[in-house]
Amino acid sequence: MKKFSVRDLSIRYSDDNESLRKINIEIEANAITVLFGPAGGGKSTFLRVLNRLNDLADVKTMTGEVLFNGVNILDPKLDVIDLRRKIGMVFSRPVPLPLSIYENVAYGLIMAGERNKKKLDSAVEAALRQAVLWDEVYDRLSDSGFAISGGQQQRLCLARVLALEPEVIMLDEPTSALDPVSTAKIESLLTELKEKYTIILAPHNVQQAARMADYAAFFLMGELVEFANGKDMFLMPKDKRSQDYITGRFG
Amino acid sequence: MSSLNEPRRKTRIVEGLGFSLLRLVTLVTVLPILGLVAYIIFMGAPSFSWQFLTAAPSNGMREGGILPAIIGTLYLTLGTALFSVPLGVAAGIYIAEYAQDNRLTRLIRIAIINLAGIPSVVYGLFGLGLFVLFLKFGTSILAASLTLSIMTLPVIISTTEEALRSVPNSFRVVSTSLGATRWQTIWKVILPQGLPGIITGIILGLERAAGETAPILFTGATFFLPELPTSVMDSTMALPYHIFVISTQIPGMPIKIQYGTVLVLLIFVLGMNLVATIIRSRARAKRQW
Repeated sequence: MKKFSVRDLSIRYSDDNESLRKINIEIEANAITVLFGPAGGGKSTFLRVLNRLNDLADVKTMTGEVLFNGVNILDPKLDVIDLRRKIGMVFSRPVPLPLSIYENVAYGLIMAGERNKKKLDSAVEAALRQAVLWDEVYDRLSDSGFAISGGQQQRLCLARVLALEPEVIMLDEPTSALDPVSTAKIESLLTELKEKYTIILAPHNVQQAARMADYAAFFLMGELVEFANGKDMFLMPKDKRSQDYITGRFG
Repeated sequence: MSSLNEPRRKTRIVEGLGFSLLRLVTLVTVLPILGLVAYIIFMGAPSFSWQFLTAAPSNGMREGGILPAIIGTLYLTLGTALFSVPLGVAAGIYIAEYAQDNRLTRLIRIAIINLAGIPSVVYGLFGLGLFVLFLKFGTSILAASLTLSIMTLPVIISTTEEALRSVPNSFRVVSTSLGATRWQTIWKVILPQGLPGIITGIILGLERAAGETAPILFTGATFFLPELPTSVMDSTMALPYHIFVISTQIPGMPIKIQYGTVLVLLIFVLGMNLVATIIRSRARAKRQW
């Protein structure tokens, strides 16, 4: 099943900084789609279009179509709040909100109007268990979200997204600020989570891209150079540029 | 060896001289202020008594206490807070979080900065024209509070804006990505983080209002009142204006009452300052980002 169908998506910022040119891609449900390529290639911009987080940025022009479950999410009349609850995002640096661990996980639900303490409690526990963080924090849920290690913080950020029971989880270089052990934890977690969720991952290096990809998209300077399933991409890339990047000739 | 050590010794001497100079300059600025405060305490403390704080002036201000002036300044400060805090904080939130960065916003920001620099007597005359005469509030607590509010607003608006801007943008992005509306983000995340800064700004603004004479001179302060004001349409005595009166208008005024009154105003203002400082340092110790 296709979760996203992107057609001719082009975007330009007011300062002409990072832009996308005529992106066409289909994103499969219950799989990990990896977006990789050198910095400034448009991966972050692309992710931020999918949950309309780009609304906060200074976008000059945006054209094309992004269908999410068949609905064009670039429609100005779309309920973006509802969209963002269905498409969660984890950022490159762990950013706990300045609230307790519990409040961080419950944040999205509370903002969505959930007031029932029992429901919140069980949702928080379920999300923390899913993010394999519960055993480490269950006895200090009222501590600040900043009081735990960086790796734990990043799993907290993931738990915060999971609590909303989204359809899609997007992760923008989620392990770039983490040590190898924490990185391994997040990676194995993602492999489990894809049974239930559609995952779009922008890894911070090619090795992670190769490890994680069910499907892989190579972004270079705002263009989608090549899109293939993971094995094909990393064993026999068709485009010369993807080949050069994967083999480390540039990047 | 010596060729290596030589320039370093020179730098060290220059550095030492520089630091000494800075220390001296700091002392030169701080000492007179400390001296002034010490002198006021020394001269004013003897007049402090229960009666001084709780009685009305008598015998043409030469005896008795200053209760009406203390109460008057409290009323004026409260009145000012009532108008300027909600308006100022709301305007600060709007400018920091909602207003787009266009020419109009920039114009408003410049206007606010310039408003903070207008001499207080100009506010007084403006208040006289608008509140006392045009709106027919007369010389009253209401008119004086409104005048002081207008003077205080720019301070509160710009400190609120500043406090909110210092909250990292990543919190806004994360909160938005979790499906929070703009207002929810502000209310749940941004405002609580900016609150200590906002409160500090409010106190500093009100502190200035409490100590001003010129804006209330034409709008609500009165020379002498036998009773405490009973409504916001009454005029009132106030500490700054009372100090002016007993220092210049009354022959044979006992000097210790003058200093005592100054000391009360000073305690009032410095007390507010202390509260602001405590709030700020507590918040800074608790901040995690």
